[in-house]
Amino acid sequence: MVDATNPRGAKPKPRFSGRNIMLYGTLIVICMYYILPLWVMVMTSTKGMPEIRLGNIFSPPVEITFQPWVKAWAEACTGLNCDGLSRGFFNSVRILIPSVILSIAVASVNGYALVNWRFKGSDIFFTILIFGSFIPYQVMLYPMVIILRELGIYGTLWGLVLVHTIFGMPILTLLFRNYFSSLPEELFKAARVDGAGFWGIFFKIMVPMSLPIFVVALILQVTGIWNDFLFGVVFTKPDTYPMTVQLNNIVNSVQGIKEYNVNMAATLLTGLVPLVIYFISGKLFVRGIAAGAVKG
Amino acid sequence: MTNSIEVKDLTLNFGAVSVLKKMNLDVAEGEFIVLLGPSGCGKSTLLNCLAGLLDITDGQIFIKGKNVTWAEPSDRGIGMVFQSYALYPQMTVRGNLSFGLKNAKMPQPEIDKRIARAAEILQIEPLLDRKPAALSGGQRQRVAIGRALVRDVDVFLFDEPLSNLDAKLRSELRVEIKRLHNKLNNTMVYVTHDQIEALTLADRIAVMRGGIIQQLAAPQEIYNRPSNLFVAGFIGSPSMNFLHGATVESGRAFQFGSVKLDLTGYEGGAILERSKAILGLRPEHLTIQDHEEPGKTIAATVEIDEPMGADSLVWLEADGGLQMSVRVPVERRMARGTPVHLKVDISKASIFDSGTEQRI
Repeated sequence: MVDATNPRGAKPKPRFSGRNIMLYGTLIVICMYYILPLWVMVMTSTKGMPEIRLGNIFSPPVEITFQPWVKAWAEACTGLNCDGLSRGFFNSVRILIPSVILSIAVASVNGYALVNWRFKGSDIFFTILIFGSFIPYQVMLYPMVIILRELGIYGTLWGLVLVHTIFGMPILTLLFRNYFSSLPEELFKAARVDGAGFWGIFFKIMVPMSLPIFVVALILQVTGIWNDFLFGVVFTKPDTYPMTVQLNNIVNSVQGIKEYNVNMAATLLTGLVPLVIYFISGKLFVRGIAAGAVKG
Repeated sequence: MTNSIEVKDLTLNFGAVSVLKKMNLDVAEGEFIVLLGPSGCGKSTLLNCLAGLLDITDGQIFIKGKNVTWAEPSDRGIGMVFQSYALYPQMTVRGNLSFGLKNAKMPQPEIDKRIARAAEILQIEPLLDRKPAALSGGQRQRVAIGRALVRDVDVFLFDEPLSNLDAKLRSELRVEIKRLHNKLNNTMVYVTHDQIEALTLADRIAVMRGGIIQQLAAPQEIYNRPSNLFVAGFIGSPSMNFLHGATVESGRAFQFGSVKLDLTGYEGGAILERSKAILGLRPEHLTIQDHEEPGKTIAATVEIDEPMGADSLVWLEADGGLQMSVRVPVERRMARGTPVHLKVDISKASIFDSGTEQRI
C-alpha cells in the first residue's frame, strides 16, 4: 500500500531541463506514431471517394460525409450478402456473450477449487492446464474440427462458443487461481467453520471479494474473443461469420473499385467494441491486474 | 467430569514430514487449555485438526463423546477465532455474526436474539451495522469472538487471537477472554507462542515441540517443575540458568567446577550419582548476598544491571565464565565488577539428566 503522507518519488526538477525535453519529445513522437493511423482512418472514412483520390491522406475532409459508415454497417457486400457488417456484428455478439459468461464461470470455479479445495493430483492438473496455454492454436485446429463434427455442432455458433471457452481456460484459470490464493486462507476456514459449503463459500465469500479480477477476466475475454479471426474463419460458415471475418471479406473483396472510405469505416466499427470496454473499465482493469499479481 | 475433547493417537503427515506424532490429549469440560510452543511445533496444526480443517492421517478425535474424526467443521460443535480475525469484509458485523446461523437455517428471531446477546457480552452493540474495515483491531477481534459465541458451541478454538494486536490491547483482551471464560464456562483451546498469555489464561498448558506434547500441566507446575530441559528453557523470561555439572556423594550434592552445592531439600525423584547432570535455577530463586555459605552459595561477579521497573535483572559471571541472571528488588543497584555470592534455593531448583534431558 502506498503511504500517502510521506513524500515520494524523485526530487522535483526544473520543467524545461534538457532531460524533460528529451523525454517528452520522445513520448510525443511515439504517440504520433500510434495516433497517425487512427487519424488517417477517421479522416478517410468521412471523405467521399473523389476527395480520397486527391491523395491527401492526412488532411481533414473538405466535405464531411457519413455515407461510408452507413454503407459499411448496412450495405457493403460480401459474396451474395449485401447487408454490410451488421450481420457480423450480431453474430459476434451472439458468440461473445455466451463464450465470456461460460469461460469466466468455469475458470473462476476452477481457480477457486485449485486454491481452496485441493484434491489429490490438483497440482498436476494445474500444470497440464497451464501447459495448454503454450501449445500453438494451429496445432489443435484440425482435431477441434473433428471433435465439433462428432458433437454435431461444427459450423454453428455454439461450436465456436465451446472452442472459445476451452481455449480461454488456461489463462483464465491461472488468473483466478492467483487471485484467490492472495485472499486470506483464514477467511475460507472461518466460512467452513460457519457451515458454508463449496458453493456457499464461493458465491457468498469469494465472489463478492473478487470484483477486480472478474473485470480483468471480462476484458481479456471480450477483447480476445471479439478480435479472434482464426477460430471464427475455421469453425463457422458464411452465415455465422463473426465481425472480424466479415470485415476481412469486405476489405479484401476483389470485385469493383476499392472503397477506401467504406473499408476504413468498417474497420473502425469492428474495433469499437473492445475500445469502449477499455474506456469504461480501464481503471478497474489496472487494479485487478495489480491485485492478481501480488501472489502466485 | 466428562471429557469435552479427547484426542487419541492423532497422527498427521504432510507427505514425508510428520507433523503430529501419535498425540493424545484429554480436555475436561469447561477447561482452558493453552497449546504453547515455538513456531513449527504443530500447535496450530493440532488446532486445525480439532476444527476439522485438516484431514488427519491416523487417530481419532472425540468432542463431547461424539466421534468427529471425519465430521465437517460446522458439525463439530466448535467455534474458531483466527489470528487475522478472518471477518468477511463485504458483510456488516451483523452479517458476520449471522452468517453461520443462516447457513444452519436458523429462524430469524432466534438469530436476532443470539446476536443481541453476543453483542451485549462483548460490548459491540454500536458496531453491528459497520463493515469490518471501519473497526479497530481490538473491535475486529471482539467480533471474531462473537462469531464463535453466537453459534453457542461447546468448544472455542483460538488460533493466536491476540498476535496481531499491540501490547496494550493484547493485555486488555487477554483479561477479557479470561472473563468470558469465567462467564461462559466453555471448553477453550488456545494456541499461542506467548508464554505470558499461556501462564495467565490456562488451566493447563500443553508445551509442544516437534509434534509432541512435552508436558501437560497447570501453569505453576510447568513453571516450577518443568518435566524436561526444553520446557524449562522455553518457559520463563529470562530463561532458567543452567549449570552443567555432576551429582556426587550418592546424589547429596551437585558439583560444577570447584563449587559444590548441597542438594538437601530438593523436591523431585531420587537423584543418585550421575557423572553428567544439569542444575536449573530460575533467576528469582537466587538471592545476592555478600558472605559465602559453603554448600549453599555460588561466587560470581556483577556484569550488567538492568532495572525493569518493578524489579531489576542482574547479569553475573560465575566460575568458569558461566553467565547467570538473577532477579532482585529494584532498590538494590549493583556496580559492575562487584564480587558477590548467590544463594541457591534448592527446594525450587530442577535437576535434569544430561542424557535424557528429563527432570529428576
